[in-house]
Amino acid sequence: MESAFLIEKGVIILVVFGITMLIALYSTFAERVLAGYFQDRLGPNRAGPGGLLQPLADGVKMFTKEDFIPETPNKLLFILGPGLAMTTALMTSAVIPWGRQLTLFGYTATLQAADINIAILYVFGVISIGVYGIMIGGWASNNKFSLLGAVRASSQMISYEVAMGLSMIAVLMVSGSLSMHEIAENQHGFIDWNWHGHKFAWPSWYVFKQPLAFLIFLICAFAETNRTPFDLPECESELVGGYHTEYSSMKLGFFLFAEYVNMFISSAIIAIVFFGGYNYPGMDWVHSTLGGNAETIIGTLVLFAKIFFFIFFYMWVRWTVPRFRYDQLMNLGWKILMPLAILNIVITGIVLIATGA
Amino acid sequence: MDIKEIIFWSLSTIAFITAIYTVIAKNPIFSAISLLVCFASIAGHYLLLNAQFLFIVHIIVYAGAIMVLFLTTLMLMNLNEETEKHKPAIAQIAALVIAVALGIVLMLAVRKANVILTMGPITGSIGDVKSLGTVLLSEYFYPFEFISVLLLSAMVGVVLLMKKDKTAALK
Repeated sequence: MESAFLIEKGVIILVVFGITMLIALYSTFAERVLAGYFQDRLGPNRAGPGGLLQPLADGVKMFTKEDFIPETPNKLLFILGPGLAMTTALMTSAVIPWGRQLTLFGYTATLQAADINIAILYVFGVISIGVYGIMIGGWASNNKFSLLGAVRASSQMISYEVAMGLSMIAVLMVSGSLSMHEIAENQHGFIDWNWHGHKFAWPSWYVFKQPLAFLIFLICAFAETNRTPFDLPECESELVGGYHTEYSSMKLGFFLFAEYVNMFISSAIIAIVFFGGYNYPGMDWVHSTLGGNAETIIGTLVLFAKIFFFIFFYMWVRWTVPRFRYDQLMNLGWKILMPLAILNIVITGIVLIATGA
Repeated sequence: MDIKEIIFWSLSTIAFITAIYTVIAKNPIFSAISLLVCFASIAGHYLLLNAQFLFIVHIIVYAGAIMVLFLTTLMLMNLNEETEKHKPAIAQIAALVIAVALGIVLMLAVRKANVILTMGPITGSIGDVKSLGTVLLSEYFYPFEFISVLLLSAMVGVVLLMKKDKTAALK
């Protein structure tokens, strides 16, 4: 059993790693195509059919450019920065449930690398140490702009983690579990709603039970991944390139890539926690007619469709909404989102007690 | 050797070395980073004891919040050269005496303590969220609430201090 278990988990980790890399790679392409669309221009269309080989061309460019290291007393930390950013970006995917169980050759495998009962907290823990890559890299660059970017990144991420964690507490009060797998399973099925004699049934996703928590979490996720409108750590109109000003070649590539990996993972978390994860209408029917494997495969595809929608949403916002000013960012985080999240917890508590859940 | 023992000894070694390096490092940034690694390896010990909640809260609070603030402050203060002032001899002697006294107290405490944990596989649900929550809200309810009130008052105090400072600077 032991070796089969290890092989199962190893395969899942490798496949998830590959998929994450592929999606991050093609997110850069999608971002540029969408940017072109939103700004009414063509976007990348030279490399390969429809520009599809553009990410590969970018990769070759990144690898073959000069790997410049500035005059800095901390070369080790300078090299450590992008590595840390990439490592922490990839670590989160360990607890994400990608689907239900898959039976292959008589062996049943769960599509999740680690089903631990503190999965949500694990995600927050990894997010909270994710800032070190940016901070250490920005500081070791020995450059004023990099340092300002690093300081901005750290204060921004600490501020928004508070509201993010508090918004998640309301969801946990409803789900009663910290395990991602159980949170996804709890959203299976439908809620029956009787409104003036009309019967409705909609998916029991947490976005309907916790709309405010979803909104706060979404805004905080933008801030945590350093995406527009909160991309002040790398704000090019003020700070040249922010924390990665001094970086070039694949080290810069790692920083940029880590952002896309973070985007993918946070989209996955939003999809699982608020939008039902791998649950979809007609799941039980598929299970009874086509079997468990078909149910799981369709579920995983549905989960990825949800994830792709949120990746698209990230890009949509990036090319639509202008950047915040820094004091506005701090005011939003501390004076609006945090009290709202606390209010949401109180309301959730009252409703839970009133309904006797 | 069992794999748990190997992990235990390597984590202990890392914790020990980084703890010493935190004290002797000349550059405060390196000191902070080695303290961070030390926290991470201590968190690993919690995981070995099957205290998952304690592990992750240790990571979030110490590595994720406190050390980030430390590091931010250090980076802003220590921009280029190492500007470490020489402390007067009396301060150095006082620090040494206090450190030795604390060390003796800790050693005596460890010597008198009963060993309740033995090496080996630790299973069960002692460290998981559910049992921790039950214990905190039943057996240790009053200390738990007192600590939260204490933290709240500390927070209000910090806000008050900040406000005072601001008006003084404006005048």
